[in-house]
Amino acid sequence: MAAGAAAEAAGKPSMAETQSVKPVIEVKDLVKTYHVGEVTVRALRGANFAVTPGEFVAVTGPSGSGKSTLMHILGCLDRPTSGQYFLDGRDVSRMSKDELANVRNNKIGFVFQGFNLLSRTTALDNVELPLLYNSGKNKLKSAERHKRAMESLTAVGLGERYHHYPNQLSGGQQQRVAIARSLINRPSIILADEPTGNLDTRTSIEVMGIFQKLNIERGITIILITHEMDIAEYGTRLVRFRDGKIQIDQKIQHRRNAVEELAKLPPPEPEEPHVPSDEKPVEHLGGVV
Amino acid sequence: MSILMTLRIALKALNRNKMRTILTMLGMIIGVGAVITMVALGRGAQATIEEQVKSAGTNLININAGNFQQGGVRQGAGMATSLTAEDATALRQVPGVQYVSAGVNSRGQVIAGNQNWSTQVQGVDVDLPAIRSWPTKYGSFFTPQDVNTAAKVAVLGTVVSDTLFGTDVDPTGQIIRIRNQPFKVIGVMTSKGQGPFGQDQDDTIFTPYTTVQKKLQGIQHINNITVSSETPDTAPVSDAISVVLRTRHKLPPGEPDDFMVRTQEEIASVRTETTRTMTTLLAAIAGVSLLVGGIGIMNIMLVSVTERTREIGLRLAIGARGSDVLLQFLVEAIVISLFGGLLGIGLGFGLSAALEKFLQWPTSIPPNAIAMAFGFAAATGVFFGFYPARKAAGLDPIEALRYE
Repeated sequence: MAAGAAAEAAGKPSMAETQSVKPVIEVKDLVKTYHVGEVTVRALRGANFAVTPGEFVAVTGPSGSGKSTLMHILGCLDRPTSGQYFLDGRDVSRMSKDELANVRNNKIGFVFQGFNLLSRTTALDNVELPLLYNSGKNKLKSAERHKRAMESLTAVGLGERYHHYPNQLSGGQQQRVAIARSLINRPSIILADEPTGNLDTRTSIEVMGIFQKLNIERGITIILITHEMDIAEYGTRLVRFRDGKIQIDQKIQHRRNAVEELAKLPPPEPEEPHVPSDEKPVEHLGGVV
Repeated sequence: MSILMTLRIALKALNRNKMRTILTMLGMIIGVGAVITMVALGRGAQATIEEQVKSAGTNLININAGNFQQGGVRQGAGMATSLTAEDATALRQVPGVQYVSAGVNSRGQVIAGNQNWSTQVQGVDVDLPAIRSWPTKYGSFFTPQDVNTAAKVAVLGTVVSDTLFGTDVDPTGQIIRIRNQPFKVIGVMTSKGQGPFGQDQDDTIFTPYTTVQKKLQGIQHINNITVSSETPDTAPVSDAISVVLRTRHKLPPGEPDDFMVRTQEEIASVRTETTRTMTTLLAAIAGVSLLVGGIGIMNIMLVSVTERTREIGLRLAIGARGSDVLLQFLVEAIVISLFGGLLGIGLGFGLSAALEKFLQWPTSIPPNAIAMAFGFAAATGVFFGFYPARKAAGLDPIEALRYE
C-alpha cells in the first residue's frame, strides 16, 4: 500500500495543475447500491474524481471493484444512489430520461468489449445508427448521414469496407467499426469498456493506436476500462478501483505509443483483414477472432 | 426519429427473418380473408333475397281479408268476406296508388287432353302483369272486357303450360278444363322462379277474378287486393289504404281492422333479418381467427424482443429514447398486420370468386367490409404489438447489453 500512497502523492500535483481547466467529468461522493434479492451490493462507496478535456484515463481494478458501475454512471446508462455527477458542468442526476438519451447520443461515444454491431447490417449502416436518433436541429439528411459515416469509417481505416457485414469482418475490424460508430456524432468523450478484451495482441495494439490518435489529434477525452495493465499504459492517467473506492489515481509515467510499437512488430499476416488489395469479403469469414 | 426511418428499420428487421414474418402474417391473412369471405357470402344471400323481392314486384302492397268471427268462433285469416271488388275500385283513388288488382284464390284439377295437374287458380284483375312486372311469353293477358263478362279464359304459368302441353309449346287457343268447366288458353306467362317464401310462382293459372267468383266459387267477396304504389316508399300508401278501408267498412275507432295490409318490404325484411343475423354470426366466427392471428403477432413480437435484447440495449446506449424503441417494435407489428391484412383482402376476393364459380353461391363484397377488415387488422397490430413494444422500450440498457 506504500506504493499506492506514493502514487497518490505523485498524482496530486497533476490534479492541482488541472484545476484551472474546467473538468469535462466531475463526480463527487458517488455511491451506488444494488439490491440483488436479499443481498445488498455496495458497488461504489464514495468515489471522487475529475477528468479534464483531452485526458486519456485508464480505469482498472479487479472484478467487483466498481469500475463497470462507474462506467455505466459516467455513460448516463445508470444513476447514482447518492452523490453528484457533472458532465460539462451540468448535473446529470437531475436530467430526465429523454435528456439522458440525448446526452448518450451527442456527448458520449460507447465502445464495448463485444462490439455490439447489428448483424446483417452493413458497416456503413452500423456506423450511421446513432445519427438516426439525433433529435431536433441535429437531424441530418440521408446523404449527409452517409457522408458522415464514410468519414468516420475512413478515420478508422475501413473506408473501403463500408458495405461489408459484421460477419465478413475480423474482430479487430468489427471493433474499428464500433469505434467509427462512437465517433459519428463527434462526441467529446469516448467510454471504452474493455475494448480489447476479445482481441489478440496485435489487433489490440492497433485498436489502442486508434484511441491514442483520436485522443491526441482530436483532443477527445477517453475513459478506458481494462483489467490489463499493459493496455492501461496507453493512457495518460491511471485510476485504480478497489472495493468501490479509488485506490490509486496517478499520471502514467512511461506512456506506451501504439504506432511505434506496431512499426516494430513483424508485418501483418496475409489474412490480416485490412490489407487494401484484398477486396473479397468472403475470405474473411472466421477471421482473427 | 422520423416515422419514415422507423418504417425502414422495421422493414429491414422483418426482412431479416422472412420465414417467420410470413408465418406470422399468415394468421392475419387467414383472419382477414375469412372475414371478407363470410361477409361476401352473407351479402350475396341478402342480394339474392332482394332480387327475389324485386321479382315478386317492387312497391307491392298486399291486402288480405281479416279473420272471420261468428258468435265468438274465429276462423283463420283471409276467411272473412269483408273485402269486395268495390273496395278494390275505391283504392284506385288513394293518392300514391298506381295499380290495383282484386284477387280470388281457388285450387282445382286442371285437365288438357290426356294430361292433368292440380294447381292454384288465381282470379286477378288486368293490371296484375303491370303490378308484378311480369309479361307474357305467348299470347296476351286478358282484357277488362273479359273481366266484365267473367269470360272463361286462362293465362298459364310456365310450369302448368309445360306439364299440360310440353315444354316450348305455345298452347294459345287450346281448351283446358278447370273443375270440369272449359277455359280457353289465351296466354302463357314468362318464368318468374321462386317467390320470397320459396314457393314456385310459375305453378299457377290466372283467370279474371269475376270468373272465379261466379263460375268456380259462387261468392260475392274477394280474398285479397294487390296494390302497387308509385314510389318505393310504400308506408304512407299502406296507411292511407287502411284509412280508406276502415271508412268503407264503417269500423268505429277501437274496433280492430277486418283486413291486413302488408308491404312487400315487410315480408322481405323478415328474411333479410335472418340472413343478416347469419352474416354477423359467420363474420364473428371469422373474427375469432383474426383474434388468434393477433395473438400470433404478439407472440412473435415477444420472441423478437427477447431475441434482440442486446440490439435494444445498444440502441438505448447510443441515444435511442424509450419512445423510439417502442415505436420501432410497434411499427413492426403494424407492418405485419397491415401487410397481412392486404394479402387477406386478396385471399377474401379469391375465395369469394371461387365459391361463386365452383359452388354457385352468390357472393358480393361490400367496399366498407374491405375498409373494416383492413382497419381491424391495423387495430389488431397496434393492440397486440403494444405490449411487446412497451416491454422492449422499458428494458434496462445495462441489463440488455449484458444479455446473452
